[in-house]
Amino acid sequence: MSDTEPLIPRVHHLIARHAESTLWLARYIERVENLARLLDVTNTFARDADDTRNWLSILRINGDQVEFYKRHQEANQATVADFYVLDADNPTSVQTAMAAARENARTLRALISTEMWLQINVFHGRIKALTAADLTADHFTAVCAMLKEAAQAHNGITEGTFYRDQAWHFYMLGRYLERADQTTRLLDTRFHALAPRMAASDGEIDAGQWNSLLRAAAGYHAYRREHPSGYRPREVAGFLLVNTAFPRSVGLNLAQLEWHLTQLRTRYNLRGGAKALERVDTLNGALTRQTVSDLVDGRLSPFLDWMQREIAALHADIVEGFCGGG
Amino acid sequence: MPLIAGSQTQSQSQGQMVGPIGGQTQSQTLVQPHGVLQGYDPGSWFCEMLRPGHPPHPGLSLLLSRLAAMPIESLRRRAADAERDLLERGITFTVYSDATAIDRILPFDLIPRVLTPPEWHQIETGVVQRVRALNMFLHDIYHDRKILADKIVPAELVLGNSGYCQAMVGFDVPFGTYVHVCGTDIVRDNAGRFMVLEDNARTPSGVAYVVENRHMTARVLSDLMTGLSVRSVDEYGLRLHNAMAEIAPAAVSDPQVVLLSPGIFNSAYFEHVFLAREMGVPLVEGRDLTVEDGKVWMRTTAGLAPVHTIYRRIGDDFLDPDAFNPDSMLGVRGLIEAWRRGTVAIANAVGTGVADDKAVYAYMPRIIRYYLSEDPILPNVETRICAEPDALAYTLDHLPELVVKPVAESGGYGLLIGPHATQAELAEFRTRLKANPANYISQPTLALSVSPTLSEEGVRPRHIDLRPFAVTGRETWVLPGGLTRVALREGSLVVNSSQGGGSKDTWVLA
Repeated sequence: MSDTEPLIPRVHHLIARHAESTLWLARYIERVENLARLLDVTNTFARDADDTRNWLSILRINGDQVEFYKRHQEANQATVADFYVLDADNPTSVQTAMAAARENARTLRALISTEMWLQINVFHGRIKALTAADLTADHFTAVCAMLKEAAQAHNGITEGTFYRDQAWHFYMLGRYLERADQTTRLLDTRFHALAPRMAASDGEIDAGQWNSLLRAAAGYHAYRREHPSGYRPREVAGFLLVNTAFPRSVGLNLAQLEWHLTQLRTRYNLRGGAKALERVDTLNGALTRQTVSDLVDGRLSPFLDWMQREIAALHADIVEGFCGGG
Repeated sequence: MPLIAGSQTQSQSQGQMVGPIGGQTQSQTLVQPHGVLQGYDPGSWFCEMLRPGHPPHPGLSLLLSRLAAMPIESLRRRAADAERDLLERGITFTVYSDATAIDRILPFDLIPRVLTPPEWHQIETGVVQRVRALNMFLHDIYHDRKILADKIVPAELVLGNSGYCQAMVGFDVPFGTYVHVCGTDIVRDNAGRFMVLEDNARTPSGVAYVVENRHMTARVLSDLMTGLSVRSVDEYGLRLHNAMAEIAPAAVSDPQVVLLSPGIFNSAYFEHVFLAREMGVPLVEGRDLTVEDGKVWMRTTAGLAPVHTIYRRIGDDFLDPDAFNPDSMLGVRGLIEAWRRGTVAIANAVGTGVADDKAVYAYMPRIIRYYLSEDPILPNVETRICAEPDALAYTLDHLPELVVKPVAESGGYGLLIGPHATQAELAEFRTRLKANPANYISQPTLALSVSPTLSEEGVRPRHIDLRPFAVTGRETWVLPGGLTRVALREGSLVVNSSQGGGSKDTWVLA
């Protein structure tokens, strides 16, 4: 090595298939965390008189009503816990997501840090060992906390040990895609149920319902601080959609997606992200054009549906642009 | 390959307090009546730890005294920790059945197998010599075939061998190296003599366990290792990568090396991960590679990128559906053609299977003498080639004591384990052997050395072998140590992981 050689290491190639696996690894772990939080919040929340309806909401968020009723007669704590935690045949269960996360991690094992792999492997073993006896009402919150914390431990280990080359950018793309998707789903189903009651006035509201929505997005306390005087639908929607200080807002996640896509273009000279970047632009534009009036009269829901479809298309753009492999 | 010994030999050894070999009874002074070695009695087997008849080594004596001071409960606790750790780390192979996939560890025995400097010197130089001879033999049989013309090795044995690859005829490989990674299976007999049992010249596995076992020892038994100057095994990935870079097409200054694996469902997948990581190269599958314009490319996020050396962990037959098995989904179409054009290097070379064939093995001492004009530093297990009249006569005379193995892959003919066979079986085999002597080799039943190993009953003697790994680009380098496999079942000589085998850390003392 000559003295004039730059200290910056040469760019290493990333196998296209590994890029896609990285994207999925991040998505599945994020999915476990989101689902665990949602189950926990729903569980805590379901202990009021209106039990059935609240357990239904989690099915609506995931679009699982049909699949669920193929297996269970009634949505209650036991059946929902079984469906979303244990059921290996349910593609939206923790069990399935974790198995998929581990499979992707195995594929990437030479690429991710040893500490990441070890934690995923142990986490997967713990989830695989769960039985119905672990999920009874008296223990359910503890299991949800374990799942959430294990996913968060993964995030911490990833932050601290995952080498930040191309693969890391794909990992982050996966995480932000999943978060953006999850927030639109949460907002769609809950807002749908809550907003009509408040369309007339911003005054009388069911604080508990809004609390649970914000807690399911891990945004309750931040929202209280931001809006100490109470709940207004447009403020809740604005918080979840465009508040760029809130880690799970759609707007922040779009900004992160844009940054990582740009990094892949500028630092690694990858040309495959043009279509994805364009779509992020479109989504950003649509978000910033939203007005208060768009939130009422049932206009939010079609908008969120559209966003969800666009986020799915964005994932496809990224896979097509970078993982087609030439 | 399973190692076979007569059960008579075992029963004779029972109850003997001191082995018959070596006048010095070091064992009696070194083994304290407490600690993990309490009740340990190797009987008539050669014990790698007590080494009767061999000069004492201060490191080994220190290790023994530490083991003697360690309560068995401590060893068991560490063993449990190690087992859990291996599972959590996924240092496992996956066993698939219809509905489930179970991750299994290769059982790890904590008590290390130790090699002294003179012992290692013999193994290292012996392996280097053997790899050299193997490569010269392969070059010869794919070029001038002098060794066949000189009738040192029967031509039909080589040219008619299923491992002989026509595509290799007249093809030159860099430095004449065909066997870039070689695993040489070595055993030790009752007198403590090392002998080669088998050469693995295709895609030998197990090296990941060599390194991982050392890391495990460092984690759970660091107090045992302190101050012993055990030679490092950390260099393997670097050495392997550099050998792979050496054999890349000459015009490339910064070659791209990849490791080609059958994928995550392969039982050796962990090792593929390990090696890719240690080499710092992409772990690819056949579907990640493509051949265009006579060159090999990998599919990356930036499009196609050139590949210069492929360290492949896929068998010859599956490498390229154009050249070999047309049904292979694991390989890369056109790979062999690209290789023949010299745009890519493949390690190990195709067609090395002929060199680690059981029949060719019998000729290895002669092959070594033929090319190198040297005696083998590591002898073969005494092997008689029944095609030769004297050998046949001896084999027929001593059938009840011998193991007779079929050499060609003719199928249907099992091997004979003399000491286990009935009179009727011996008589029948005698007829078969006489009818086609060229199809057989015979070997004495082996009394493999033992090493103290943790069992349910305490620390007991268990049979072991050794597989050192040699990496060859321009020159040969041998990883200090190797994989020590141990037959965990009492009396068993089968060290294979599929049949109750485990492994030990192997210490080469400086």
